[in-house]
Amino acid sequence: MTHIDVRSALQSSVKGDYSDLVTRHTGAVVRTVIEHQIAGLADGTVVFLDFSHIGVLDRSCADEFVAKLMMPRTRHHAEHTGYVVFHGISDDHLETIEAVLEVHGLALVVQFGGSTRLVGAVTHDERCCWDLVMTHGSAIPETVAVHTGVPDEACRALLESLARRRLLRRDADRFLPLGTATA
Amino acid sequence: MTAVINVPATLDEAGFEQVLEQLAPLAPDAKVLVDARHCRFATPSGLTSLLCLAQSRVEKPDFAPPTDETVQSYWARSRFFHYAEELFTFRGTVLKPRTAQDSDTVLEVTPIAKNEDVHEVVERVKDRATHILTTKLHLETRSTVGFAMSLSEACQNVVEHAGRGGWVAVQAYNWTKRRVGRWVVVISVADAGMGFRASLETSRARAIAGDRWSDGDALEAALTQGHSRHPEPGRGQGLKGIKGYTHRHDGRLSIRSGTSRICLLASWNDGVPREDGLSPFPGAQLQMIIPEKVSAT
Repeated sequence: MTHIDVRSALQSSVKGDYSDLVTRHTGAVVRTVIEHQIAGLADGTVVFLDFSHIGVLDRSCADEFVAKLMMPRTRHHAEHTGYVVFHGISDDHLETIEAVLEVHGLALVVQFGGSTRLVGAVTHDERCCWDLVMTHGSAIPETVAVHTGVPDEACRALLESLARRRLLRRDADRFLPLGTATA
Repeated sequence: MTAVINVPATLDEAGFEQVLEQLAPLAPDAKVLVDARHCRFATPSGLTSLLCLAQSRVEKPDFAPPTDETVQSYWARSRFFHYAEELFTFRGTVLKPRTAQDSDTVLEVTPIAKNEDVHEVVERVKDRATHILTTKLHLETRSTVGFAMSLSEACQNVVEHAGRGGWVAVQAYNWTKRRVGRWVVVISVADAGMGFRASLETSRARAIAGDRWSDGDALEAALTQGHSRHPEPGRGQGLKGIKGYTHRHDGRLSIRSGTSRICLLASWNDGVPREDGLSPFPGAQLQMIIPEKVSAT
């Protein structure tokens, strides 16, 4: 698990002591800084991006930073094998992040108000499966199927899709949450 | 020969149209004197548009400042003269600002030309906007974030699309005796750049429109249909956010570009959603008015 302070990334990207993630240009620069940091980590590392010290996050910046950070990680045969969890986000950050995720059909694990949540473009069944894995801490598709009422094969496909989208981890036959923040 | 352009007593969005009507018949390189001596009231939109007017002229225009000392004092505090001095040749002297800031000014006239300027604007308005939005407009503290986001999106559109620097100003007014009948905050972001039609020239909206492509069509494509000159999904979200914030607070949003204006009307505001055939003016001029929250009874 690795913790990255987004404000520190911002301050290393833009001249001036700013705490707001605004403008598409800034979003692109901060994403590049964070991508470099993530690229140096071991495969399968869960990275907690800490937004605690970020003030305003505007939509253009979120589109450039959040959406473009996540897109390459959710493709089939993605080059990136790590996981990203957003930590320390506010109500306003959440509203903006959800709006851009929906536009791109993306989803993300966030830690918000003391709980871990799945936000963005997910179906009802995907959410049920994800919630169950979170509750159990680790689960095989058959267990998830029994508790959610989703048929076995469909359940397996949903869990695999969630793992491909980097919203769950996979360990052989078991599916696991992305973990909790240590920050 | 110098053509005299009379600035009306009220220099707001409508007042500036009168200025443009006088300017329309003149050649771009004609020498003009912008005569603001009898102006009594100016909104952020009026002040920022005047600066754009100066930027748009081939020959540096002359400027006669308001004669009323109170009016001149406000224009000085809003830093209009500070920037106007470079863009106009002043006929007469102007007051220097005696106080740092007007109590109802959220943001004085400020230039926007690069990314850092947008950061600076957001940083500067946060505390002041929180105070004014919560105490005068009675909005929730949280509304300040949406306000700063809207301002940021509007300003970065200048940096990204205009092709030249623009201006931003934000002011709170008690409009008890004017139109709205309550406090309002007015945001103006204006530039004399390429405008919406040229910016969207390579867009899908332009291709669909074919021969029927006008300033009004370009504004509608951007504001109503979310088109951007960049084809990738996720573009055009800035204006969408501005629209959402304005609508949520029963505000009024208008954008003028070229010869058209498009407007999202509020419940308290009469007007038309789209005007075409206005006097030509380069760039884009955005105005957002957020009114005081009225308690449900």
